[in-house]
Amino acid sequence: MDISLTVNGHKVTAEVEGRKLLVSLLREQLKLTGTHQGCDTSQCGACMVHVDGLAVKSCAMLAVEADGAEITTIEGIAAPDGSLSPVQAAFQEYHGLQCGFCTPGMVMAATALLAENPKPTEAEVRDYLEGNICRCTGYHNIVKSIMAASGQSVAPVAAAE
Amino acid sequence: MYEFDVIRPATISEAVEALADEDAQALGGGQTLIPTLKARLASPSALVSLSKVAEMIGICYDDQGRLCIGAATTHAAVARDTSYPALSAMAAHIGDPAVRNRGTIGGSLANNDPAACYPAGVLASNATITTNKREIAADDFFQGLFETALEEGEIVTEVKFTIPQAANYQKFIQPASRFALVGVFVAKFADGVRVAVTGASEEGVHRWTAAEEALSSEFTPEAIADLTVLSDTLISDAHAIADYRSHLVKVMTGRAVKAAG
Repeated sequence: MDISLTVNGHKVTAEVEGRKLLVSLLREQLKLTGTHQGCDTSQCGACMVHVDGLAVKSCAMLAVEADGAEITTIEGIAAPDGSLSPVQAAFQEYHGLQCGFCTPGMVMAATALLAENPKPTEAEVRDYLEGNICRCTGYHNIVKSIMAASGQSVAPVAAAE
Repeated sequence: MYEFDVIRPATISEAVEALADEDAQALGGGQTLIPTLKARLASPSALVSLSKVAEMIGICYDDQGRLCIGAATTHAAVARDTSYPALSAMAAHIGDPAVRNRGTIGGSLANNDPAACYPAGVLASNATITTNKREIAADDFFQGLFETALEEGEIVTEVKFTIPQAANYQKFIQPASRFALVGVFVAKFADGVRVAVTGASEEGVHRWTAAEEALSSEFTPEAIADLTVLSDTLISDAHAIADYRSHLVKVMTGRAVKAAG
């Protein structure tokens, strides 16, 4: 099937099988390997992208369903001159990552959260990250990063409920 | 995944036509079906995606004042709606934000997972499930684990709710899957209270009629204090034995009644 979509502001056309996942289209055909494929069972959120502005797990969506959609991947988050977005800069500043595998999904989730809720509480941040799994950080620095990116105080960050 | 075609109809009638092929299957948001296909637990020849069927998306009221939710409406859209706060609060805690941006009410009902939230909300609310062929009362729709009254090729198109006087949903999550280990939706109407339980039973979502009778005469958590949920049909697994689920049904019902006020 032929599909056409917009990826990070660029018009793209692609021929895909019905069973092709959006994550496979992005990584294998469009070579946008910043979107990571972690669990492949739609648990971990490493593959999160924005579809028409909404956070979606790209391993749980068929590529053909993205026909006509506007997709943003982690490659589309920084400004065209390469300067980091507020979320990316905060992840760097507050050590919101260790191995970095989950980070593309975390940044996409955080960016979606702040678009709909610019000043979330810490509890709202943790709640929003329910579908993003990190096995390194224990989440504290990720939460700090997102609070900082929203322009709010980052300390103290309490333990999870 | 096995190979399959994807058809993206724009209308209900086109979708029904595409589903006439017995090996075709309807695709809602795919948050259950796509993982199922990856596990090769199903091998449809074609998926008929309902995501472009505009007449199945959105929330409105009908001429009888009932809240009508299109079957292809996402959990996130229901969560944002303010018409039926208890139902919206329930939708706001299904899965995670990304799942809620894709998953749909119709997909959840047609799948009838025994631990899903929507079947409890729909059954307790005494909602009406509209398909391309007929209207089905919630009491007749749910027929056991992953079983519904839907016939081959029949699709849920809309769900209609009479909004209760008071309602609340309480979910005790299974910590790994985040599905309901036990979830209880309580809805109080002028002519009585309905209580629907998900996650607990080997027979899927069901009503707790003893609690309904007690709560219909007195809508307080104390009204069910002397009741016991029989554990002989409840699920016993690594996450909770039947007796624990029995206990949780009562506790969650009490909490829902208290929260509903």
